[in-house]
Amino acid sequence: MKTLVFLEHHEGKLQKDALGVLGKAVSLGGEVEAVLLGEGVEGLATEAGKHGASRVYVADDVLLAAPLPQPRVDALESLVNDGGHDTVLFAATVLSADIAAGLAARLDAGLNWDLTDLVEADGRLVGKRPALGDSVYVDVGWTSEPRLALIRSGTFEATETGGTAEVEKIEPRLQDFSLAARMVEQAHEESEGPSIEDADMIVAGGRGLGGPENFALVEELAKALGGAVAATRAVVDAGWYPYAAQVGQTGKTVSPKLYVAVGISGAIQHKVGMQSSGLIVAINKDPNAPIFEYADLGVVGDLHEIVPQLTELVRARKAA
Amino acid sequence: MKIAVCAKYVPEATAQRRLDPQTKRLDRSGEGTLNQFDIHAVEEALRLKEAYGDGEVVIVSLGPERALEALRKALAMGADRVVLVSDEGAAGSDLVATSRVLAAALEREGADLVLFGQQANDSDGAVLWAAVADRLQRPLISQVAELSHEDEKVLGKRQTEFGYDVIEAPLPAVVAVSDAINEPRYPSLKGIMGAKKKPQETVSLGDLGVGAGAAGEAGSRTEVNALSEPPARGETMKIEDDGSAAEKIVQFLQEKKVL
Repeated sequence: MKTLVFLEHHEGKLQKDALGVLGKAVSLGGEVEAVLLGEGVEGLATEAGKHGASRVYVADDVLLAAPLPQPRVDALESLVNDGGHDTVLFAATVLSADIAAGLAARLDAGLNWDLTDLVEADGRLVGKRPALGDSVYVDVGWTSEPRLALIRSGTFEATETGGTAEVEKIEPRLQDFSLAARMVEQAHEESEGPSIEDADMIVAGGRGLGGPENFALVEELAKALGGAVAATRAVVDAGWYPYAAQVGQTGKTVSPKLYVAVGISGAIQHKVGMQSSGLIVAINKDPNAPIFEYADLGVVGDLHEIVPQLTELVRARKAA
Repeated sequence: MKIAVCAKYVPEATAQRRLDPQTKRLDRSGEGTLNQFDIHAVEEALRLKEAYGDGEVVIVSLGPERALEALRKALAMGADRVVLVSDEGAAGSDLVATSRVLAAALEREGADLVLFGQQANDSDGAVLWAAVADRLQRPLISQVAELSHEDEKVLGKRQTEFGYDVIEAPLPAVVAVSDAINEPRYPSLKGIMGAKKKPQETVSLGDLGVGAGAAGEAGSRTEVNALSEPPARGETMKIEDDGSAAEKIVQFLQEKKVL
């Protein structure tokens, strides 16, 4: 097996999930290499070596400065074709999913996504993918090489093994159409107040609230519990609540003692950000909402009735 | 401005979904519908066309014959016509095969803009647009929550793990929209009545020049080998609110010693 791991980085740091995937690749055995694409990223190769990469390919190019997928597909195409990697692994992010799918088309290679494990069975690589709201697990495979895989975020923990990687510079040729899209602006909001990542109690609101004004219900309950307020991607994207409070795949991963989900259907993108919470209580009017499949206590009902009552009872209890 | 919207026919969300133990594929024998996420893409296409004052919105889909009825919802909303690629030889297509077939259908349309919804609600796939954009050799913007168009360019604002990006792409381009981008309209009665009369074309792989070995299982590079139970999780409890739900939650929290 010769594996290539795509290492995503942000503001001079390697992504933890990508290092986790690198560690997994090392544990599967064979030759494990990694690739860093960007501008001024060579310094990150040392850390990749500590996490088990024997060689790190580095492309330092101003055209790779913005985190856009298409030029990265060009770079990986030639790297995989020249390097003969039989497996290419990505930690799933907004960026890497687009890169992996573009590369699959380019190389006519199989891509399996949302994997929560990779194992070797009878000399073949098998991916484990939860399906239908995680109600069933599917063993997926590849019928040709290279095999491409996107690993669900938060799946493998990064561990240092203390190695040193050989650095090899590459100069990828980028295609015109790959450079046609242009990053105009990147707005990275800083969070205000206590971080939801540190909170013991979280009350989260979703689209079921009906409108931004109803976030007051969530805030009141959070205040009564002495906790923080979180939100789903849908309501953040809709502008109801700031991005800093977002929990889920493209937001924060939290593990409070108590997570109260209010008007949240519980799509997989949300679940991955909160499933390790101690206790999950969900209030939703839709009895078929996926969140009821993993909430410790699910309440089917009208949040406008239940949440204010709950806030009152919690206040009374705390005052007692 | 010509806009193509890629839409998928998926099982009804309310239907009990199951994987066929034989084929290990999703059982698609029940009622089907237009993928909810794609309806946002249809809505965005209609808004762009309306703002531009002229143009055409074409729905492009790969699916069984009976998908036509579900795709008519897009026509009822205001889309102009449907092109459905329907072919036994395309059944079981994975990402590489599906993207090849769709790209061939889109090449034939030559739209200025190709729109996708955020994900398929049956397979949870959220990658197809990038494979299609690569095959069409067009610029791509994904996860777009705000889209604008001017001077032969589109500007998309999208969310990533780190905040927001604003990305610009010249037309022709491929854009995948998030479900936060708009509130889709409901089809009017007139729209529903008129939908049946709009052009609905069914094409085969042969019509698109896609060879038999390039689609379906033969054209795919991934396989599903086995199904298994998910790892056990703790007990879950579900109650209906009868007016005492708040009290029951408090009791539960006290039992679990978090309150």
